[in-house]
Amino acid sequence: MTDKQSFDIIVIGGGPGGYVAAIRAAQLGMRVSVVEREHLGGVCLNWGCIPTKALLRAAELRHSLDEMQDFGITIGGEISIDLAKVVKRSRKVAGRLSAGVQHLLKKNKVALFDAEAKIGAVADGLRTVTLSTGESITAPHVIIATGARARSLPGIVADGKSILTYREAMVPETMPKSLLIIGSGAIGAEFASFYHDMGVEVTLIEAMDTILPVEDAEISAIVQKAFAKRGIKIITGAKLRSLTNTSKTDASKTSVTATLEGSGEDLIAERAILAVGIIGNTENLGLEGSAVVIDRGHIVTDQWAATAEPGIYAIGDVTGPPWLAHKASHEGIMCVEKIAGLKQAHPLGDGAVPGCTYCRPQVASVGMTETAATEAGYKIKVGRFPFVGNGKAIAMGDDQGLVKTIFDEKTGELLGAHMVGPEVTELIQGYAIARTLEATETELMQTIFPHPTLSEAMHESVLDAFDRAIHF
Amino acid sequence: MAVEIKMPALSPTMETGTLATWNVAVGDEVRSGDVIAEIETDKATMEVEAVEEGVIASILIAAGSENVAVGTVIARLAEDGEDVTSVAAAPQQPAPTTNQPDAALHSASEQAPASTPETAPETAPVSAPVSAPETPAPAATASSVQPAASSSVGSSGGAGRIFASPLARRIAADHNLDLAALSGSGPHGRILRADVEAAVIASATAPDIAPGVTSGGMGVPAAIGVPLATPGASELIPNSQMRKIIAERLQQSKQIAPHFYLTVDCEIDQLLQSRKQLNALAEDGVKISVNDLVIRAAAQALIKVPEANASWEGDHTRLFTHADISMAVAIDGGLITPVIWAAEKKGLAELSQISRDLAARARSGSLAPEEYTGGSFTISNLGMFGVREFAAVINPPQGAILAVGAGEQRPIVRDGALAVATVMTVTLSCDHRAVDGAVGARWLQSFKSYIENPVTMLL
Repeated sequence: MTDKQSFDIIVIGGGPGGYVAAIRAAQLGMRVSVVEREHLGGVCLNWGCIPTKALLRAAELRHSLDEMQDFGITIGGEISIDLAKVVKRSRKVAGRLSAGVQHLLKKNKVALFDAEAKIGAVADGLRTVTLSTGESITAPHVIIATGARARSLPGIVADGKSILTYREAMVPETMPKSLLIIGSGAIGAEFASFYHDMGVEVTLIEAMDTILPVEDAEISAIVQKAFAKRGIKIITGAKLRSLTNTSKTDASKTSVTATLEGSGEDLIAERAILAVGIIGNTENLGLEGSAVVIDRGHIVTDQWAATAEPGIYAIGDVTGPPWLAHKASHEGIMCVEKIAGLKQAHPLGDGAVPGCTYCRPQVASVGMTETAATEAGYKIKVGRFPFVGNGKAIAMGDDQGLVKTIFDEKTGELLGAHMVGPEVTELIQGYAIARTLEATETELMQTIFPHPTLSEAMHESVLDAFDRAIHF
Repeated sequence: MAVEIKMPALSPTMETGTLATWNVAVGDEVRSGDVIAEIETDKATMEVEAVEEGVIASILIAAGSENVAVGTVIARLAEDGEDVTSVAAAPQQPAPTTNQPDAALHSASEQAPASTPETAPETAPVSAPVSAPETPAPAATASSVQPAASSSVGSSGGAGRIFASPLARRIAADHNLDLAALSGSGPHGRILRADVEAAVIASATAPDIAPGVTSGGMGVPAAIGVPLATPGASELIPNSQMRKIIAERLQQSKQIAPHFYLTVDCEIDQLLQSRKQLNALAEDGVKISVNDLVIRAAAQALIKVPEANASWEGDHTRLFTHADISMAVAIDGGLITPVIWAAEKKGLAELSQISRDLAARARSGSLAPEEYTGGSFTISNLGMFGVREFAAVINPPQGAILAVGAGEQRPIVRDGALAVATVMTVTLSCDHRAVDGAVGARWLQSFKSYIENPVTMLL
C-alpha cells in the first residue's frame, strides 16, 4: 500500500486502555486504527489480570479440597496437581479473550495493524505514524496506550529462569520447592498466595513496613496475619542489598540468594519473583524531540490524558499508577469523548479507581485510607464490620475478614471503603457506585441489602460508622 | 399521520424555555385553537395553541421542565381515526446516525445534558431595584409565574423536582444555599457536589450577594429539612423563571460590572410649570408625565454625551447611535424593562403614548420578547413611592442606569438666601469599565441642564 491511510484517531497499543478507547471512538463515528505489536488485550489479558485469575482459581479449588471434611465430604485417593494442565488452561483462557477482543474490534470496524509504531511529524493537523511494516498512517489524534513492563532493581538481572518477572512466573513448567517474592503489592501478594497454595515454600519480602502498602493499614495487617497463619514467611521493612542467582544450566537446580541490609543471614530459595512495580513502555515511540514529557518512566498527562504535545494523548499504565486495567479503560473512554467534544466526558477524579487484589483472602478498596483521610484534615467516622457477623460468610465457611468504611463526619461523604475477605473484589463496586452518585451514609443506610448475602456486611459497616450496627 | 407538537419559539432569539403547565392530558381531544400548554420564558408566559385536531397521544416533556430547547417534540397528537397507542409508541427522535462523525458527535442523545444557563439571560435584560409590592396585575392575563404547588419544590417527582446528588443537597443545606438557583454540571443537569462547592465559594467571595441568594431559607427544598427560623413563620415560594433570571442577571451585574454612583439634585419647578402648559395645550388624550420629560431629557443627554451611551464588551466598547431607553416597570412577581427605541427622535406626545402603552402591556404580561430585549440605557423611577433617592443596579450589558427619586419641596440656598424649590434627586450608576467618572458627570450635567431648562429639550 503506497497511499497513506488516514484516520480520525490512531491508538498505539491494544490493551484494555487502547482497545476500549478504539471501540468508544468507533461508536462515536470516528475512523479508528489500533497498532499492536504482540497480543490484543495487552498484559492484562495475556500476562496479567486474566491468566492469574485462572491460576488462582486452580489454587483456590485445591485449597477448598482441604476443607471438604468440614463440609462432610470425603475424597478418596491422592490429590495431585498437573501443573502443565493448570498453566495450559490459564493460557487457553487468555487466548480466548484475546480472540474476543479481535472480534470486537472487527465488529466495530477498527483497522488493526500488527506492527510497532513510531510517531512522526505533524503536517496540516495530521500526524504521521510509521509502522514497522513500512506502512504510514495519519490522524489528527494519536493515543499512546503502550502499557508497561516489570521494573527491575539496580544490579538485578531477571534471567527468566531463576529470577523471574510476572511473565515467567505466570507459566511455570515446574513448581520450585522454595520461592522468594520481592515486593508485596497486588502482583507479589497474588503470586505468594498462588505458589503457596500450590505447595511452594514462599518468602515475601517488602521494603515498606507492611505488605500491600497502598491499602488501609488495618486491612494490610489482616492479610499479613492470614498469610503468616498459612505459613507464608513475611519480611517487612526489608531493604534488599543484593539478589544473585547461582544459576546452573539445569533449570530445576537453580538457586537464588537474597541479602538484606542489616541482616546477617542470607535468604536462599530455588527461585525469586521480582514484583517491585512496573515501568512505562515509552521507548521507540518517536517521542524524542516532541513536547511529550516523560517523568521516571511514565508519560506526563493532564486530567484529560493530553500530553504536552498537541494531538498526542497517553492513557493507562504508560502514564503511571495506579496500574490497573479498569483505570486504563476509563481513561481511554474519557480521552476519546473529550476529543469528540462530548459534554459527558469527565476526568476520573481522585480516589475513584477501585483496586482489587485476588490473593486469599481477597482485598478490595476504593477511595481514601483512614490515614489519608485524617492527613487530609477530615474529621471522620469509621465503620467496621467483620465477616464473622455475617450469616452467609459463616455458611460458606469463609468468615475471616473485615469491611471498613470511612465517612466525612461533616458531609456524610463516603471517603473510602476497604474490604478483606470472601468475594470482596465482587462487592467493592457497590461502594464505587455510591461514591460516583455522591451518596451519603443516609442513602447507604436506606438501601436494602438482600439477606443472606456477603453484601450485608457492607450495610452493617456503614451502620457501625454511626453506631447503629445490628449484628455486632 | 401523527402530528408532532414542538416547543415553539416565542421570539426570534429564544433558544430554550420552561414548559410551565399542560392544560391537556393524554387522551384529551383537542381542536384547533385550544390552549394546550403554557410556556414560560425569562419574562413572559405564552399559551401554546393546538393547530390540528386530534387526541393527545403522548406528552413527552413534563410540566415544569426547564430549558426545553426550541423545536423539541413536547407532545404527539393522534389524528382522527388513528390509534393513540401506536402514535404514543413512535420513536422520540430519529435515531442518530453513527457512521458520520459530525452527526454522531452532535446527536441529541450525546448532548442531552446541555443546560444552557448562559443562553437564556442574553435575551433578557432586566433592570434594577423596582420590585414594589404594587400593581396587582389583572388576573385574567397575568403573567402566571408561580407554579401551583409550592410543596413540590425539591421533593421527588412532579413539577419543580430538583435533580441533585445527596451529597450536593447536604452541602447546600449546610451552607443554606438554594439548589434551585444552581445549574448542575452532572448528567442531565444533575447538581453535583462540585456545583454546590463552587456556589459556596462564589457566595463567600461576594458577601453582598449572599443574603439575596439564601434569602432566609426561601426556596431551599423542604425535603432536606433545613431548619427554618421559626416553624410555620415562613412559607416557600417557588421561584419563577423570571425571578431566577432577575437574580442571576443582577447578581452577575453587581459581581462583574464595577459600579460607581453620581448624584445630583435637579430643580424642577420650571419643568412642572412647562408640563402644565404643555398638557393644557395638548390634544385630548395626551397627558405628559414628569417621567416622560425625564425620558426625553435623558435621551437628549445621551445624544449630547454619547460616551455615556456605551456597553463594555471585552475587546471593545460599544457606543450606541440611538438612545434606546429601557424603562423599568414593576410587575407582579418582578420587573421588566420594555424599550423605547431611538427615544431621542420621539416627540413628547409620542414618547408619552409609547411609554404608557409599554407600561400597561408590561403589567398585563402581553409584551412581545423583542419589546423588552436590548436597550442602551435604563431609567428606574421610584418617585411615585416617595423615595427621595436611591442607587440602581446596572441592567447588563448596558453601561449605566438612572435612578430617579421623588420631586419634593426642599429648602435650598440661592444667592446666599434660603428659598424653597421643588427638587428631584437623581443618581446615575455607571459601569466603570465603559463609562468613566468624568463622562458620567458630564452626562448628569447635561441631563440636569435639560431638566432645569425644559425649553431646551423641546428643540
